[in-house]
Amino acid sequence: MCGIISVIDRKKNPMDGSAIREALSIMNERGNGEGSGYAVYGAFPEFADYYAIHVFYDNLIEPKTAVEEELEKLGMVKHEEEIPTFEQPNLKKRHIPWRYFFKPNVMALGTTASEEDILVYLMKKVNTTIPGALIYSTGKNIAIFKAAGWPEEVADFYRIQDYEGYIWLSHNRYPTNTAGWWGGAHPFNLLDWTVVHNGEITSYGTNKRYLEGHGYVCTMHTDTEVVAYLTDLLQRQHNLPAELAFKALAPPFWDEIDRMPEKERILYSALRMTYGPAMMNGPFAIVVANSEGIAGITDRIKLRPLVAAEAGDRLYLSSEEAAIRVMEPAPERVWMPRAGEPVIGRII
Amino acid sequence: MPIGSVPPKYKVTIDNDLCMLCERCIENCSYGAFRREGNKILINSRACTGCHRCVAMCPRDAIDLEEKPVDYRSHPIWSREAREAIYKQAESGKIILTGMGNTLEVPPIFDRLLLDACQVTNPSIDPLREPIELRTYIGKKPRKLEIKKNAQGDIDLVTKLAPNLKCETPIMIAHMSYGAISLNAQLSLARGASEMGTFMGTGEGGLHKSLYPYQNNMIVQIASGRFGVNIDYLERGAAIEIKIGQGAKPGIGGHLPGEKVDEEVSKTRMIPLYSDAISPAPHHDIYSIEDLSQLVRSLKEATEWKKPVFVKIAAVHNVVAIAAGIARSSADAVVIDGFRGGTGSAPRVFRDHVGIPIEAAIAAVDEKLNKQGIRNEISIIASGGIRDSADVTKAIALGADSVYIGTAALVSLGCRVCGSCYRGLCPWGIATQREELTSRIDPDIMYKNVSNLINGWTLEIAELMGAAGINSIESLRGNRDRLRGYMLDENILSVLDVKTVGAGA
Repeated sequence: MCGIISVIDRKKNPMDGSAIREALSIMNERGNGEGSGYAVYGAFPEFADYYAIHVFYDNLIEPKTAVEEELEKLGMVKHEEEIPTFEQPNLKKRHIPWRYFFKPNVMALGTTASEEDILVYLMKKVNTTIPGALIYSTGKNIAIFKAAGWPEEVADFYRIQDYEGYIWLSHNRYPTNTAGWWGGAHPFNLLDWTVVHNGEITSYGTNKRYLEGHGYVCTMHTDTEVVAYLTDLLQRQHNLPAELAFKALAPPFWDEIDRMPEKERILYSALRMTYGPAMMNGPFAIVVANSEGIAGITDRIKLRPLVAAEAGDRLYLSSEEAAIRVMEPAPERVWMPRAGEPVIGRII
Repeated sequence: MPIGSVPPKYKVTIDNDLCMLCERCIENCSYGAFRREGNKILINSRACTGCHRCVAMCPRDAIDLEEKPVDYRSHPIWSREAREAIYKQAESGKIILTGMGNTLEVPPIFDRLLLDACQVTNPSIDPLREPIELRTYIGKKPRKLEIKKNAQGDIDLVTKLAPNLKCETPIMIAHMSYGAISLNAQLSLARGASEMGTFMGTGEGGLHKSLYPYQNNMIVQIASGRFGVNIDYLERGAAIEIKIGQGAKPGIGGHLPGEKVDEEVSKTRMIPLYSDAISPAPHHDIYSIEDLSQLVRSLKEATEWKKPVFVKIAAVHNVVAIAAGIARSSADAVVIDGFRGGTGSAPRVFRDHVGIPIEAAIAAVDEKLNKQGIRNEISIIASGGIRDSADVTKAIALGADSVYIGTAALVSLGCRVCGSCYRGLCPWGIATQREELTSRIDPDIMYKNVSNLINGWTLEIAELMGAAGINSIESLRGNRDRLRGYMLDENILSVLDVKTVGAGA
């Protein structure tokens, strides 16, 4: 059981992190103080064209030197800094969070590569070969704040009220398999994609193998990262429209498809046949974001809760209505999305 | 030099207090183990094959059957089978023939793989309350979908999908030809498969006209003898399968003795009456992978690209590269038959010693195709020693799309796996063409055994999936995280890419 809440301001009006801190904390019943995190889009307007690479260092000697060697080989660091932190009574600096604003050199590998390919290569290299360093975010203009602690502790540790953005995602964790590991806390990020997830993906083995067949390497020891990679594969690499890509992850049942009008039936049959290994099974409620918007989806029989609400330009997605009402006491519309039905909020 | 007889394999006895002299045993035993003298049934145990027909038909349970009543001096290396094979060959100077699958005492890997179930952190799904989907499409899939938004903002699908077989369950019935088995057996299997929305193979024996009503659920086979093949045959099948090899006898051909080629078999196979039907070891037009690729394309051209074409190979050491080669042709599915696969007749030395287990073959082929990024573009059908729904579930979790069952389907018709199919006297009316025996199967009744079996397994697979929190078969396929190896060595675990019991997520 975990708690999630996310918000987008579709006109990109900035929101600071103080409200979401309160909202996430009200769902402490859903977590256990071993992992919380926040993501915010639009956090670094002064470096908006640079990839904001976030790294957890175990120390500032060998791992940092090794990572910086890689960065130097692959591009140019415009600016770097230790992410400001403020120790809390129960949250000490077990890792040193660092961020680099980075411009990749597409010629660096000597192959035909995009900037994203370089970032994926860097992340794979660092996370699989450099002990004591973990890249946990690589997106442009995106900040991630996560650690092992309660939501309010993690928020205060990073002072998220000092950051502003037009999309916030947050997660209150009750870990079972990677307890206490900062890298295991949500949100998870890959390039422009960020994911928060409540649940367990029973199809992980199938999804992971499918992704490996398409060049992805799963390094986070958790099922959530497959959501980011699958979204990247379907939407960025295969150019599927968001609605359809999410339908591939949680498709309609065959007996529904069999009853659809012909054109739709052919489309959804093809979608399931082509992307069968990308289907996610097991209980989940997920919010996926990129710089264009947020989307909430649940598994095909909705074994995890998801509530949506709208107020003016803002769309909220959360495990609980109570959390939404902390941020927005009088939403114009509150609803329960149907199982497998994506709710999408785009910037306008 | 005569060496006398070997001890009988079975000892059959009748309890004369129970026997009512109905003579059903005499009628039923096609091997002539029983005769009546006066008020007593006399028994020739040496004729017994252990087929149990007499036991099954005795209304008084008066017949008792014991295996190996006289044994040899025990010896760890010189087993009874090893010694008797030598006596047989010392006498005959020939190759030893056998029927059914491998009899070596090597534990199946399936028995050392354990399935997973949910507890607490995710809920198991109750198939009685929630849908669990087993529908499986066998055939080529595109790598990605091309989508276009039209002027109205609607989504148009640009990609056109190749024809696939729609199976309502991942269990299909393997190729067993008319000739190898009786028409009544084939009719029962075909109707059973059709009832369950799945498919069966014709084998290399042509398609008898009485099977035409089930042709939409039949996969027609092309093997090296090309028996029964013409354009009508190809067009009737739901799919076409090129048989290169068979798990029970990789690398060799087949031989249907002339005495089984009666009028109907001869017409269906399109060969002269009572002539031996010999399938050569290789196809004489396939001496390389590119020849195979041409045949696949020729068959597709002949049928206007409307039929999926499968290629069946035996699981041999280099199965991975061969399957990868097949995946690069226009073939829609590769069928892999493991070394436990059954047969009507095969040399014992091949049946027991050539090829590799299906479990390792599935895992290795799935892994290779996945590494090449083409796994989902072609289907893998696994066969060879699938005994129950657990084997099916494990085969799919290792990476198969579906399975073929051969022996298990025959067992549902009464077969006792006595292994004497090659003698043509099957008292169950399965592996025989003698009318007095084949008439023992009434397809209008026996088809239900076949559909019951498939239905029972399908329900069990749905339960196993629900318990594992999986409501669609796509999420089970290749999901090796949901398997654990028990008493398997590290090398096998690494080939299977399965963790040991006790290892967490």
